Amino acid sequence: MTTAATTNATCELARRIRTHALRMTSIGGGAHIGAIFSCADILAVLYGGILRVDPISPKSPTRDRFVFSKGHAAAGLYAALAERGFFPVEQLLTHYQDGSDLCGHVSHKLPGVDVSTGSLGHGLSIAAGMAYSAVLKSSSHRVFCLLSDGECDEGSTWEAALFAAHHGLSNFMAIVDYNRIQGIAPVSEVIELAPFAEKWTAFGWGVREVDGHDHQALSTAFAAAPFVPGKPSCLLAHTVKGKGVSFMENTVLWHYRIPRGAEFDAALAELEAQP
Amino acid sequence: MRDAFIQTLTEFVPRHPEILLVSGDLGFGVFNEYSARFPHQFLNVGVAEQNMSGLAAGLALEGHTVFTYSIGNFPTLRCLEQIRNDICYHRANVKIVCIGGGMSYGAVGFSHHATEDLAILRSLPGMLVLSPCDLWEAAAASRYLISHRGPAYLRLDKSAAPVTAQPNEEFRPGSIRTVRGGLDVTLAATGGILGEALLAADILADQGISCRVLSVHTIKPIDADTLTAAASETGGIVSVEEHAIDGGLGGVIAETLMEAGVFPRFFLRIGLRNTFSSVVGSQQYLRKIYSLDSAAIARAVSTKLAVAIPAYT
Repeated sequence: MTTAATTNATCELARRIRTHALRMTSIGGGAHIGAIFSCADILAVLYGGILRVDPISPKSPTRDRFVFSKGHAAAGLYAALAERGFFPVEQLLTHYQDGSDLCGHVSHKLPGVDVSTGSLGHGLSIAAGMAYSAVLKSSSHRVFCLLSDGECDEGSTWEAALFAAHHGLSNFMAIVDYNRIQGIAPVSEVIELAPFAEKWTAFGWGVREVDGHDHQALSTAFAAAPFVPGKPSCLLAHTVKGKGVSFMENTVLWHYRIPRGAEFDAALAELEAQP
Repeated sequence: MRDAFIQTLTEFVPRHPEILLVSGDLGFGVFNEYSARFPHQFLNVGVAEQNMSGLAAGLALEGHTVFTYSIGNFPTLRCLEQIRNDICYHRANVKIVCIGGGMSYGAVGFSHHATEDLAILRSLPGMLVLSPCDLWEAAAASRYLISHRGPAYLRLDKSAAPVTAQPNEEFRPGSIRTVRGGLDVTLAATGGILGEALLAADILADQGISCRVLSVHTIKPIDADTLTAAASETGGIVSVEEHAIDGGLGGVIAETLMEAGVFPRFFLRIGLRNTFSSVVGSQQYLRKIYSLDSAAIARAVSTKLAVAIPAYT
């Protein structure tokens, strides 16, 4: 049961993730702020209560597994992990710096990260392996995997989707950050994914669609898995690329643009003004 | 060699519940006994090598010892990035098994020939690369992999050299086996083509040339000591591989000797020279066509020897 207090807490966590990520990408010169902002609410809800993980025991065998397949949004994951207590928040500012463990794409050198990602289309297979292992061992933990919509261009994503459905991995959830903008153009202009929910359904998954910025709706959806008994679950999260900063929202530009100077100040002011 | 692998695995699996054999929908009839006896330790993932390799990494990170299995380049080049990023970078305990090293699949065609795999796989950090020459080495390498931790590549050939192992000989991964002693020239071979090297050594012996024959069953890490000894003790080094001459066995020998500062009097790489194995034919026929059979090896060696060391002529 999600209370209003929990939702307030995860909204504050999302705001902090965005603020950290803004600083990290600005200082580090790392890009992908739009892709980070689109999944910040999903990360906040997951790390704000859904994921059974423990910073004291990051390798506990009973923990929920989370594979962050859209590795280019690493700064968002790092911020969520630091806020959850896996490593000091101060370490976030070493993002992209010489000798840091905070690589531009997700690195498993960090506590709380099982899998390095960055090349798209890898995460769902690895996560499916983890979910299959849990079934073999009759373990009750769950496996989550966050994908970008762009990486659904990758054939390997669909190979993994076939596998998970064939084996009825009901302990497995793919969350797709469906912000409809990929690297250099909108999804609809590059490789159309629609009808997207129908594709996952046809591949044998239980599918739900949700507003990926509505914390209450996200919590409810996570709690409802598996969406269909005996099937893996796909949560299609409709999101806005660059969500949270007006001039970054729904623009291709802010996939790669680095927030600096007046743009950084304006973005920070907007984030700080949010309730 | 394939059967030696399956038999070894079947023998050990009852004591190793962590083993999982994952096939990319290949091995028709081969896994019948295995999969019937150990249904929870066999998984056919379908014709999906990228998923097979990523999945294997995920399984290994959860404590399984995973063997991925397919033929030719399918378990390697088709999913190379999954091997690099998912398996190797995480030091995942995945053993990649290729059935059909070199031109084993003969007339099946170029698509099924694995002729660049050694060069490519050995460039990956932390990857153990095994390429046995005979049934003894194939079984011993398979047995070793069960207890080995970390990424490994096992290249199994359809052809096999006659077994040269001594009774009670111990398989030592990372070492080179001297299967025949000799002082004039060293033939260093990897895989089943070692059989051709042994026959070439017989031909050369008739010409009064004494060949040392080495089985390089471990391409990575390489046994530098045996190579440098061979380079200084014999007149020259010849690499023999059913593989492109670029970066495979010949490459690793050249690198190793150069770095050690030990220079053989001559050095020759026998393998596929910048060519596609596009001719149709059996493995044996293709070896002849591409000058990899015993006669061609003997010819190349005696020619090279005559130029490099005229005293031999």
